[in-house]
Amino acid sequence: MGLTGLEIYKQLPKKNCGECGTPTCLAFAMALAAGKGALDSCPYVSDAAREALDSAAAPPIKAIKFGNGSVLGDETVLFRHDKTFYHPTTILVHVSDVWSDADISAKVEEVNGLEFDRVGLHYSMDGIAIVNESGDAARFAEVVQKVAAATEKSLVILSDKVEALQAAVPPVAARKPLIGSATEENYETIVALAKEQALPVILKANGLDALNDLVEKAQALGYKEFVLDPGSRKPVETLANLTHLRRLAIKKKFRPFGYPVVAFTTKNEPLDEIAEASVYVSKYASALVLKASKKGQVLPLLTLRQNIYTDPQKPIQVEPTLHAVGDVNENSPVYVTTNFSLTYYSVEGEVEASKIPSYILPVETDGTSVLTAYAAGKYEPEKIADALLNCGVVDKVKHRNVIIPGYVAVISGKLQEKSGWKVIVGPRESSGIVSFARSLSL
Amino acid sequence: MPVTLIKERFPSKVGEVTLGATAEQGGTRDSVVVVGGDNLLPFLHFEGKVVNRPVIAMEVTDIVPPWNEAIKAQFGDVLDNPAAWAKKCVDEFGADLIYVKLIGADPEGLNRSPEDCARVVKDVLAAVGVPLIVVGCETPEKDNEVMAAVAEATAGENLLIGLAEQDNYKSITAAAMVHKHNVIARSPLDINICKQLNILINEMGLPLNKIVIDPMIGGLGFGIEYAYSIMERARLGALANDKMLSMPMICTVGYEANRAKEANESVEAFPDWGELAERGVLWETLTATALLQVGASILVMRNPAAVKLVQHNIADLVEVAEA
Ligand code: B12
Ligand code: SF4
Repeated sequence: MGLTGLEIYKQLPKKNCGECGTPTCLAFAMALAAGKGALDSCPYVSDAAREALDSAAAPPIKAIKFGNGSVLGDETVLFRHDKTFYHPTTILVHVSDVWSDADISAKVEEVNGLEFDRVGLHYSMDGIAIVNESGDAARFAEVVQKVAAATEKSLVILSDKVEALQAAVPPVAARKPLIGSATEENYETIVALAKEQALPVILKANGLDALNDLVEKAQALGYKEFVLDPGSRKPVETLANLTHLRRLAIKKKFRPFGYPVVAFTTKNEPLDEIAEASVYVSKYASALVLKASKKGQVLPLLTLRQNIYTDPQKPIQVEPTLHAVGDVNENSPVYVTTNFSLTYYSVEGEVEASKIPSYILPVETDGTSVLTAYAAGKYEPEKIADALLNCGVVDKVKHRNVIIPGYVAVISGKLQEKSGWKVIVGPRESSGIVSFARSLSL
Repeated sequence: MPVTLIKERFPSKVGEVTLGATAEQGGTRDSVVVVGGDNLLPFLHFEGKVVNRPVIAMEVTDIVPPWNEAIKAQFGDVLDNPAAWAKKCVDEFGADLIYVKLIGADPEGLNRSPEDCARVVKDVLAAVGVPLIVVGCETPEKDNEVMAAVAEATAGENLLIGLAEQDNYKSITAAAMVHKHNVIARSPLDINICKQLNILINEMGLPLNKIVIDPMIGGLGFGIEYAYSIMERARLGALANDKMLSMPMICTVGYEANRAKEANESVEAFPDWGELAERGVLWETLTATALLQVGASILVMRNPAAVKLVQHNIADLVEVAEA
C-alpha cells in the first residue's frame, strides 16, 4: 500500500498555488503520504493522475462488502505471524432450490440458530448460499425470496443460468447479496446485471490462466466488485489455487488476482467436510460455502476461524478489575486469576456453574495464562497482593480468604505474608472449581 | 494469457528421521516409518515433493486413562491391557505408530519401577509390528530412570523417546545415544528455546537426524494459534536452511484437544454447543488438520473417530494434483 511523498508528488500538477491548503505541491504530497488530507483538496489534479494514484494506493486484495456486514479480502500478509489476518472467512451454508419448501425453511431456521458463546466470545454463521440446482428460473426466484424473508443474514445467490439470476436477484437486491457465477460463456450479461444492481459478483473459471483472462475481460466492462472462484473442487487443488492467488496478490501485487476468493467444500460426509473446510479457513479462503450445519459440527470450525484470525501481537484481554459473578454479598468467595481472556472466562464459566455468587479478580498479566505469566515473572505474590488490596474487595467482603489457581500453589506462603489474607489453593483446572466451591467452608 | 505462478525454490528441506528398525536393521519391526524430508510448504505439490506423508501415532497408556466415555467406549475392553490396546489401534484403526505414555511411573501415583515400565514397552513391542514412541510420566527425575531402563531393554528398536527439555535433556539423550534411539526435544512454544535445545542435544553427540521437535501445542480454542504460528515459522526456517530448526515436528493433539471443555461436556449441559459425539471428535480432528497445514509430521491422537477423519484429510492432501 502506502505510496511515498515523492511518488505522489510526481503525479501532482506542480503549480504550487496553495489552493489545497498547503503552500506547495510537495508539502501536499507529503501530507497525503502521511495519511493527512484528501487528494480532492487539489482542484487541478488530472483524471489520469487520480487513477494512477488510486490504483497504486489500493490494497493488494480489494475489500468486497456484501449482505449483512460481511467483508471479504483486504488482507496484507501470507503468514499470520508477519502481522495478522484481518477479515475472518465468511462462512455460508448451502441451500438448494430442489429441496421441498419445508426442508428449506428448516435449514434456514437451523442456520439462524447457529449462535455460540464460549470463553467470552460470540460466534455465529454468516449466511446462506442459495443454489439453483433445479434449473428452473421461477422456482429459484421463489426460493431466494423465501430465504431472504426468513433470515437477516448475508445471502449468496448462485446459478449458472443467466435467466435464473435475472429473475432471482433484482427482487432482493436491497439485501446486497453476492451473486454468481459469471463464467467465460455468460460473463457479459451477469456482470452487467451485477453492475446495474450494484452487487459484487463471483467470477468463475476453470484454472488460474482462464481465471486471469476472465478477470481482465470482466474489468474491461468497467466493474471491479469481484470475488474469484478458480473452479477447483478437490482439496489439494483448492489449497494450491488459494495459495497461488494469495501469493500473487500479496507478493507481486498482481492486479487481476487482487480480489477475495471463495471456496466450496466437496466432501459429502459432514465431519469429513468440516475437516476439509478447516484447510480453507487456515489457508486463505475469504468466503466458504459448506453443507454441514449442525451445532456440534459448526462450533469447532468457527472456533478455528476465530483462533487463526486473532491478532498474534495482542492476546484478547479482560479488564483487570474486580468482577462480580451473581448476586454477591459480604460472604462471597474471592478468586484470583489473570486477565488473559481465555483464562478469565474458563474460570468465570465454572464459578457461574457453581451457583455460588463470587468475586473474581483478574490480575494484569498483559493477557497471559496463569503459567505463562508465572514463568515470565508477571504473577508474583507482591503483585497479586497489591491488586487484591487495591481492587476494592476489602470493603466488600468481611472474610479475608483468597482462592488461587492450583498451578501456582507455590506462591501461597508468600502471598499470605504479603497480603495478610488466608490463601486457599484451588484446583489446577477450572473444571474442578464447581466441586471445590461446594466443599468450601469459609 | 498464462499466469506466471510463484513457485518458491527453497534452499533446503525438512530433515528426515527414521523410526523403528526391522530384523535386518537390528530390531523387530515389520516396517519402519520415515518422517520429514519435504522441501515445500505443506501439501503444495507444485513447488516440491511430499516425500513422506504425515503419520498418526495413537496414544496408549499403561494405566486405564481418565478419558471421557465417548472415547473409551470405542476401545471396548482393552484399556487395561496396553498390548491388546496397541494391537487394536494398529489392526482396527490403522495407526502408523504407537505412542506409549508410562503414567504408571508417577511417584505420586502407582510409582511403578523402571523395570515394570520397560516390561510394558516390551509387551507392546511384541503385540504390534509398527515403530514405537515412548514417553514417561512428566516427572523429570523419575523419567530419567524410566527412560534409561526402557532404552536399554529395547536396544536396537530405534524408538522415539522423550521428553528432552531445556533443563533436563542430558540423561535421556545419553540413553538414546548408547542404545541407538531417537529423541523428542520439547520446548514451550518458543523458536529460540527450540533451537537452543537442539544445539545442546546435538553437542552431546546425537546426530540431528535422530531428533524430533515437540513445539508444545495448544488445542483448538485454547492457544492453537500460538502453535500454528510457531510451527509455521519453524517450517519456513527449516526450508531456509536453518539446520537447528530442520527436524520433523510431533504434536500431542489428542492430549491438548481433549483437555478442552468443548471436547467433554454433554449437549444437556451446553445445549448451544450441539452434540458431543460430533463436537468432541471434531475438536481433536481440527486441532490436527490445522497443524497439518503448518508442517506437523507426527500427530499423537487418541479418539479413533478423529483418527479416521484425519486419515481421510491426509489422503486428500497428499494426493498429487493432476497437471
Ligand atoms: C500458549 C502458551 C504461551 C503463549 C502465551 C499465551 C498467553 N496469552 O498466555 C506464548 C507463546 C507467548 C508463551 C510464552 C511463554 N511461555 Co508459555 N505456554 C503456552 C501454553 C502452550 C498454553 C497456555 C494457555 O494458554 N493455557 C490455557 C489457559 C486457559 O490456561 P490457564 O491460564 O492456566 O488457566 C487454566 C487453569 O490455570 C485454571 N485457572 C486459571 N485461573 C484460575 C484461578 C483459580 C482460583 C483456579 C482455581 C483455577 C484457575 O483454569 C484454566 C482452565 O483450566 C502452555 C503449555 C500448556 N499446554 O499448557 C505454555 C507454558 C505456560 N509456557 C511456559 C513458559 C516457560 C513460557 C515462557 C516463559 C518461555 C518461552 N516460551 O519463552 C514464555 C513467557 C512469555 C512472556 N515473557 O510473557 C511454561 C510454564 C512453565 C512453568 N510451569 O512455569 C508452560 C507450562 C509450557 C511448559 N510446559 O514449559 N506461552
Ligand atoms: S492545489 Fe494542487 S496544484 Fe495547488 S499547491 Fe496544492 S497540490 Fe499543488
